Amino acid sequence: MPSSQVLFCGYHMEYFIELLFGGFTRGSIYALIALGYTMVYGIIGLINFAHGEIYMIGAFTAFIVSSVLTIYGFPLLAIVLLAAAAAAIWSSAYGYTIEKVAYKPLRSAPRLSPLISAIGMSIFLQNYVLLAQTSDFIAFPELIPEFAFMDPVAHIIGTTDFVIIVTTAIIMVILTYIIKFTKTGKAMRATAQDKTMATLVGINVNRIISATFIIGSALAAIGGLLIASHVGQINFYIGFIAGIKAFTAAVLGGIGSIPGAVLGAFVLGLTESFATGYVSSDYEDVFAFSLLVLILIFKPSGLLGKAENEKV
Amino acid sequence: MKLNVRGKILVVATGVLIALSAPAVSFGADTIKFGVAGAHSGDLASYGLPSINAAKLVIDQVNAAGGVNGMQVELLIEDDACKPELATNTATKLVSDGVDVVLGHTCSGATKAALPIYSDAGVLVISPSASTDDLTLSGNYTNFFRTIAYDSAQAGLDVEFVLNKLKAKKVAVLHDKGDYGKGFAELAKGMLEADGTAEVVLYEGVDPKAVDYSAIVQKIKRSKADVVLYGGYYPAASKVVGQMRKKRIKADFLGPDGVKDKTFIKVAGKKSEGAYASGPKDTSSNPLTQDAIAKHKEVFGSDPGAFFQNAYSATIAVLNAIEKADSTEIEAVKKALQSEKVDTPIGNIYFNEQGDAVGAGFSVYQVKDGQFVELK
Repeated sequence: MPSSQVLFCGYHMEYFIELLFGGFTRGSIYALIALGYTMVYGIIGLINFAHGEIYMIGAFTAFIVSSVLTIYGFPLLAIVLLAAAAAAIWSSAYGYTIEKVAYKPLRSAPRLSPLISAIGMSIFLQNYVLLAQTSDFIAFPELIPEFAFMDPVAHIIGTTDFVIIVTTAIIMVILTYIIKFTKTGKAMRATAQDKTMATLVGINVNRIISATFIIGSALAAIGGLLIASHVGQINFYIGFIAGIKAFTAAVLGGIGSIPGAVLGAFVLGLTESFATGYVSSDYEDVFAFSLLVLILIFKPSGLLGKAENEKV
Repeated sequence: MKLNVRGKILVVATGVLIALSAPAVSFGADTIKFGVAGAHSGDLASYGLPSINAAKLVIDQVNAAGGVNGMQVELLIEDDACKPELATNTATKLVSDGVDVVLGHTCSGATKAALPIYSDAGVLVISPSASTDDLTLSGNYTNFFRTIAYDSAQAGLDVEFVLNKLKAKKVAVLHDKGDYGKGFAELAKGMLEADGTAEVVLYEGVDPKAVDYSAIVQKIKRSKADVVLYGGYYPAASKVVGQMRKKRIKADFLGPDGVKDKTFIKVAGKKSEGAYASGPKDTSSNPLTQDAIAKHKEVFGSDPGAFFQNAYSATIAVLNAIEKADSTEIEAVKKALQSEKVDTPIGNIYFNEQGDAVGAGFSVYQVKDGQFVELK
């Protein structure tokens, strides 16, 4: 992490580093959501448009749980951990149910049908939260306090940025471990390669698909909590915007590839940050999407699309 | 021969139609037809519905007291959903119903579309909320009046505040790329550059729905701006000000009435403390305002919504002008509006040649202890 010697570097260097960390924070946010898109696509070849809404529900759950726990006077660390756990579990339940209700019955249907079902689910969940909660913006409590030891560098990287980047890194390591070394992870990779063959060697494909949705949803919920406490406000619509950006990141990195989603998210986050910093925020999206088009022209399967899996 | 018969039938039919429509006009003289047009449905309905309540409250009082010069006031309500293409239908409908004056429309675009129709029919229009400059400043709409200050009046006030009260030397102007926000930012930038005492060090649009603003916030810091002038609404404004304070940027923050909303303070919390926002003048100490709000609570059981006081005042002003002119003829009413001062919830007002209310306007507020406090 940046130490105080950074401050002694030239002025322009400092600005560059600020933008770099801003980009990493943004990239981490996109990565947590993009993983859910890419894992689901890798396994059942479906773009789960309701994934952004899972992220939004995670943020709402974290908000409700942390508000209740604050009333009961729990210590902050306990509130953060319990809210994160509750958000992850609740969002996972949603992810699991959505798969069972909206996608499983359509598994052998033409590819377009589950896609439409996913869009429908997304609209349904948005409006459900709109009606059940509120259409207004809600203030999200600052779950990540300003650490005193971060003060000297707070203008470069704040505590929340720091926590977001570190948490994302830890989650990446755990996820890689699960996918590479555990039995479920191996079964996931097998299912991604060939569903029929996986069934033949005794893998319970339905269970693996559910597990994928659960893991993806839990990651999105953690993302929801981190981002909401970073930005400080939530409403029913946040999932749509974040979902679109994360989906772009997943495509950029090669949809279906897990390292690709992370790489794509960082490339997108850094591009946006530098485009704003050195050109103009008016053109932030122009740069981000021009980059996407360029990469897809030269590498149609995305940055890491081919290398990691042979599906598609 | 055949043709002739058809011709006669046509003439007779036309005659009958004229005869049928004529009584409507002559009966119309017994009542004053007061139209309320605006966004009564759709996503901007919350800006238009309070005007209906305002008109009802005033008209009920006037009618109970014997009407205007003995004539009862009749309310005609038409919805335009804030859409220009619907607003022309709304206007045509009201004109064919024989409306005398119209309170509305809610949105500037819809108002602009409807005005020529009213103008052709000699109907006077007074809007509580359409604030686009050229509705009055262009001089193209001679039948139009309003009880809200025009957009550049607010930008002018904010720029004056930045230069003279905050004594800023470097100003960052940001906007949300929308009509309202960008319009405000463009006006403010133009005024700052024309004045020349402060430098516009940053002028950029930001995505109001972005998940994170760290890059633009770093850019603000790098620009060493003393003041950030933000054109847009409170959700993005609270995110920008929140992240500015997190990055230890002490620059002042100022926004227009889109920012002056309780939710801004609620969402940005302590980080909103000290931020400035301009908005309509605080009239809560005016007894007429207190009375209007109390009546609203009594009749409708709730607090009034957006532009209620502007609509209430517009209704009072127009009915007063009709009474003074003793006519609903447009030139006479216009003259009365421009010459007769009238007490309303937004102040003691009259209208200038262009149709803008004199005596109403904006002031600058600052967030202090979680409340917007008016700065005198």
